[in-house]
Amino acid sequence: MAVATAVTPPSREAGPQHRGTGERKPVKRRRERQGRFAFWLLLPAFITVFGVIVYPMLRTLLISMFEVKSAVATVTPFVGLDNYVQALTSGGFWEAMGRTLYFTLVSTGLELVLGLAIAWLLNAEFRGRWLIRALVVLPWALPTIVNAAMWKGIYNAQYGALNGLLSGLGIIDEYQAWLSDPFTALNFLIVADAWKTTPLVAFFLLAGLTSIPNELYEAAKMDRAGRIRTFFSVTVPLLAPSIALVLVLRTVEAVKVFDIVYAMTRGGPANGTQTISYYTYVTAFSEQNYGLGSAISYLIVIVILALSALYLRLLRRSEMSLL
Amino acid sequence: MKRTTGGTVLTYVAAVVVALGCIAPLAWTFLASVSTQSDIVARPARWWPSEFVFDRYATILFDSSSAVGNSFRAAFVNSLVVGVSVVAISMIVGIFGAYAFARLRFPFQRTTLMIFLATYMLPQVALLIPLYLILSSIGLLDSTIGLIVVDCALVVPFTLWILSNYFATIPAELEEAARIDGTSRLGALFRVILPSAKPGLFAATMFAFLLAWDEFMYALIFTSTDAAKTLPVAIAEFAGRYTTDFGLVAAGGLIASIPPVIIALVFQRQVVSGLSAGAVKG
Repeated sequence: MAVATAVTPPSREAGPQHRGTGERKPVKRRRERQGRFAFWLLLPAFITVFGVIVYPMLRTLLISMFEVKSAVATVTPFVGLDNYVQALTSGGFWEAMGRTLYFTLVSTGLELVLGLAIAWLLNAEFRGRWLIRALVVLPWALPTIVNAAMWKGIYNAQYGALNGLLSGLGIIDEYQAWLSDPFTALNFLIVADAWKTTPLVAFFLLAGLTSIPNELYEAAKMDRAGRIRTFFSVTVPLLAPSIALVLVLRTVEAVKVFDIVYAMTRGGPANGTQTISYYTYVTAFSEQNYGLGSAISYLIVIVILALSALYLRLLRRSEMSLL
Repeated sequence: MKRTTGGTVLTYVAAVVVALGCIAPLAWTFLASVSTQSDIVARPARWWPSEFVFDRYATILFDSSSAVGNSFRAAFVNSLVVGVSVVAISMIVGIFGAYAFARLRFPFQRTTLMIFLATYMLPQVALLIPLYLILSSIGLLDSTIGLIVVDCALVVPFTLWILSNYFATIPAELEEAARIDGTSRLGALFRVILPSAKPGLFAATMFAFLLAWDEFMYALIFTSTDAAKTLPVAIAEFAGRYTTDFGLVAAGGLIASIPPVIIALVFQRQVVSGLSAGAVKG
C-alpha cells in the first residue's frame, strides 16, 4: 500500500501523453510472459496465506448457519440466519461492540496524538536523539503478553507501582484496586495497550515526516508563516497519507484486540473489558456455542470491512496510490 | 530548520519525558524481578530493593527440578523454532511475491495485492474452530510445525507489503542495466534488487520476527504441552497461576523479551527508512 504524498504533482505543462498508439505485438507477448512469471512468483504466497485462510473462512460461514452447541454435538440443525439475529438482538453483543468502539476510538486517538508528538521529537535535531530513538523502540518490542503482565503488576492493588506512586505523592490515602471497577479497568487497559503501540505509530509518522522536503519548510518561512501555521498548512496535509495508514492499521488491530484483554483482565470485572473478539472467544469456546460464535466473528469482519472501506475512501481522496 | 532556545529547551524536556515514559515501567518490573517478596509488597513502596536476589532468574534459566523453569525453557525453544522458521519462510515467499508486485505488470495486480492485505482484517477468532479441526485431523495439533504454518499466513502479507513498497523504490535502470548484460530476472532480483534493498529487508525481517514472537491466540488454542507451547502462552499461564509471585512473572517476561528487544534495537535504524519507502513512494 504505497501512499503517495503530493510532493510531485503532475506537471500541467507536460506534453500530450503517448496514449492510444495501440499495443504492438511484442509488448503484448511480453505482458503475457510477465503475467505467467508473476503467477509463479506469487504462487508460494498464495499457498501460505490462502491455503490456511480460505477453507476455514468458508467453514466458519457454514457453521454460522447451523446450531452447533458443543464440540461433540451430533444433531446440528440448519438455522439459517438465526445465529446472526440472535447476536444482533442480544445485549451482550452490543455491549461488547460498544466497549470495542470505545477502546478503538480512545486508544487510536491517544496513540495518534502521542505518536505525532514523539515523531515530531524524533525528527528534531538534538544531542542524544539516538538514545531516545532506541528507548522508544523498547515498548514496541515487548511481547503483548509480557506488556499485559507488567501493567497488571503496575495496577496491582497490593504492590502495584501506581498505588505506590500515588500514595507516595499523597494523591490517594489508601491503595486502590484499579482493575476492579469495570470502566476504570477498560481505561487502564487502553493505557497499557497505548504504551506498547504508540512507538509503532510514531515510527510510521516519523517515516512520513522525514519524507517532507525541507524546501517546503523554507518556503513557509519565506512566507513568514509561524510554527503553528506551518504545522497545519505544511506538515499535516503532507502527513495525511501516513496518518490515514496508521488509522487503518490501528483501528483494525483495536477492533481485533484480544491478547491483552485475555492476559490482563480476562474480560472482567463484570465483563467491563470484554471486547468483541473476547466476547466471540467466550461464546465459542467457554460456552461452546460454535454457531453463534461463528456468526459473531463474521459480524466483526463486516465491521472491520466497513471501517476500512471508509478509511480507504479518505485515503484515496488524499492521493493514495497502490504501488 | 534553525531552532530558537525555547524550542531547544522544549525539545529536551520532551525527550526526558518520553525517555522516562518508556523506561519507568520496565525499570520497576526489572527491580521487582530482583527484589525479595517482602520488598515487593512493602508499604510505603520501596523503589530500590534492600537486597538483590537473582533466584528467580536462576530458577527459570537453570533449575532442572523446577516445573516452571522446565516449561519456560521448553517454551523459549519453541518460540525460537517458530520465530526463526516463520521469518525464513515468510521472507523467501515475500521476496518472490514482492518482486512480482513491484516489477512486473499483470492483470488484477492491484486487486491481488489488496486481497493479500485484506486478510489482515480477518479476526483470528473467526478461523480458530475450523483450523483446530483441520490441524487435529492431520496430527499437527500441539506441534511447532502446525503453528509455523498458521503463523506464516499472518506474517506473509506483511512481508509482501513492506518488501513490494521497498522494491518499487529501487530505480528500474539498475535492473535494466543488468538485464541488458544478459542477467535473468531472477538473477537481477538476487544480484541487483536484494543488495540495494537492505533497509526494506531488515524492516520486513524485524516485523516478521516480532509478529511471530508475539502471536498468542493460535498458540493458546492449538498448543497444550511443552512440546509446542510458545512463550506468550507460557507467560500467560504463569501470570494466571503465580499471581502472588509477581517477581517470577516479571523475570520470565523480561527474559522472554530479550530476543525481540535485541532485534528491534539492532534494526531500528533501518525501520524508518524501510517504512518510509511505504509511506513516500510516489
